[in-house]
Amino acid sequence: MADKFDEATQKELATFMEQEQAQARLHSSIHTLTSTCWDKCITGTPSSSFSRYEQGCLANCVERFLDTSLFLVKRIEEQRQQALGH
Amino acid sequence: MLTTTLDMAARKEAVMNSVKTEIALLNAQELMNKSSEKCFLKCITKPSTSLSSSEQTCLANCQERYMEAFNIVSRTYISRISKERQAGL
Repeated sequence: MADKFDEATQKELATFMEQEQAQARLHSSIHTLTSTCWDKCITGTPSSSFSRYEQGCLANCVERFLDTSLFLVKRIEEQRQQALGH
Repeated sequence: MLTTTLDMAARKEAVMNSVKTEIALLNAQELMNKSSEKCFLKCITKPSTSLSSSEQTCLANCQERYMEAFNIVSRTYISRISKERQAGL
């Protein structure tokens, strides 16, 4: 099928596919994070709405998760620099 | 066999739409699977021979809450990522 599209269209489709794949990876991260934060924050029986605490906990959970990622990446990088004698 | 420009544009659109649909479907399926799993864990503590009405109420609430949790996480995550991007990371 690819050889029936001209080069410009193929390029366009390639860019489109990259964007859609990036979106799909984003969805995947959000699913994993929702699952993790649900486990951490929604400890009781679900009712007809979230309490303010539960809403806050979910948002904090996401922010702290990202802080954690950044912290750990930075730390590894610092250790690497130290090992290289910088 | 000649392929007209119009024909190619239409087929390109068709490819793009079918990819978008596929991805949206996978997203919805994942949400369904996850909420079923979490809500079963929360609401069905002692499986019996049928779902009681309190179990059904719990499941209905739980599913809505899980979707809401997904939305909260989604908004927070996307907002934070764009903040980090603007900060140049």
